[in-house]
Amino acid sequence: MGNIEPELSPEQILELEQQGVLLTSGEKLKAIEVLYNWGRRQSMWPMMFGLACCAFEMMAAGAPRFDMGRFGSELFRASPRQADVMIVCGTVNKKMAPMVARLYNQMAEPRYVVAMGACACSGGPFHEGYNVIQGVDKIVPVDVYIPGCPPRPESLLFGWIQLQRKIDGQRIQDVPWYGKDGETRECIIPEYGPHGLVLPEKSEG
Amino acid sequence: MTAEELQALRTRLEETLPDGAILEVQESGALVLRPDALLEAGRLLRDEEGFDYLSNVSGVDWLDQNEFEVVYHLYALRRGERMLSTGQPDGAPLATGPSPENQLSVAASAEAKRVSAEGMLGPVVLKVRVPRDNPVVPSVAGLWSSALFQEREAYDMFGLQFEGHPNLKRIYLWDEFADHPLRKDYVPEEA
Repeated sequence: MGNIEPELSPEQILELEQQGVLLTSGEKLKAIEVLYNWGRRQSMWPMMFGLACCAFEMMAAGAPRFDMGRFGSELFRASPRQADVMIVCGTVNKKMAPMVARLYNQMAEPRYVVAMGACACSGGPFHEGYNVIQGVDKIVPVDVYIPGCPPRPESLLFGWIQLQRKIDGQRIQDVPWYGKDGETRECIIPEYGPHGLVLPEKSEG
Repeated sequence: MTAEELQALRTRLEETLPDGAILEVQESGALVLRPDALLEAGRLLRDEEGFDYLSNVSGVDWLDQNEFEVVYHLYALRRGERMLSTGQPDGAPLATGPSPENQLSVAASAEAKRVSAEGMLGPVVLKVRVPRDNPVVPSVAGLWSSALFQEREAYDMFGLQFEGHPNLKRIYLWDEFADHPLRKDYVPEEA
């Protein structure tokens, strides 16, 4: 690739797209960024995070028939420290919400969140329930929403490829988490209150 | 459970319980009891009629009538076993095989299961009604252990106070929660 500093020319971008190294187009990327993103997006390890019935579709997506390993994501990690992506698959109820936020905070950057299924996107059929968060995006930032009740494994794989596209277009100098001065994206951990969840003023360290 | 069996039980309860303990016999066969007669009725049904299994404790909020209702579903699972020990089995010849003892026990347990399923009696439905502003119900956890969790759930959802429950605290919602969400006048917080 020669010099890694300058941005790639349109011909080089096209060539990389044809080779399958790049998924997205339209961004001006440097060769080092293409390499960096390629490595990251092809080995995203999801966190084991089954909250409800959507988890079965996630398991099916990980099993041989749909084989998420084709996208470098067959290693479901049991620890947030080792995971890159949190697939929130299922209903997030208020009793679980502090744990979801805490697990997100424990993940290392760069980290991503996929909201899988109607419940994680919006609360789904339990939207007006007394114990259900109306979408996990109320507590953690979500990168990809996958609708469906539950979404089929193909939907999850499509959402996964969308996330890969998103990662592929990221420039190192633009992402908030990169470098020593990078922003710390800590979520506020909600607390149990007398009528539901309350958000404390300052986040937990 | 047939109407005759229910009628026999009702007569038995009426004979034993004090006057006016059975407030109503509903069309479904459910017996509405006075709350202070619940434990006595339960003890009678469990110890003398063999209703050893409490399958369900449910709460109902009758907002219009300003009352809570607690519904108990009782089954007598061991009637079949009693029939097996006292009654005459069919006398089907047991198969002889390499280990006759094993064959015997398998056949006997299968027979017990069959008779038990056929001989199961129930449900007997008991109901008690308490005012909404003072929802105190005697706990049946001392009679049937399966009431331990179910009464906690009813307390969690309706705020029913089960008097005599050894550990009456919230089971699903967190301890700091102040409301009882299945009450009809519950208003969820604004999200």
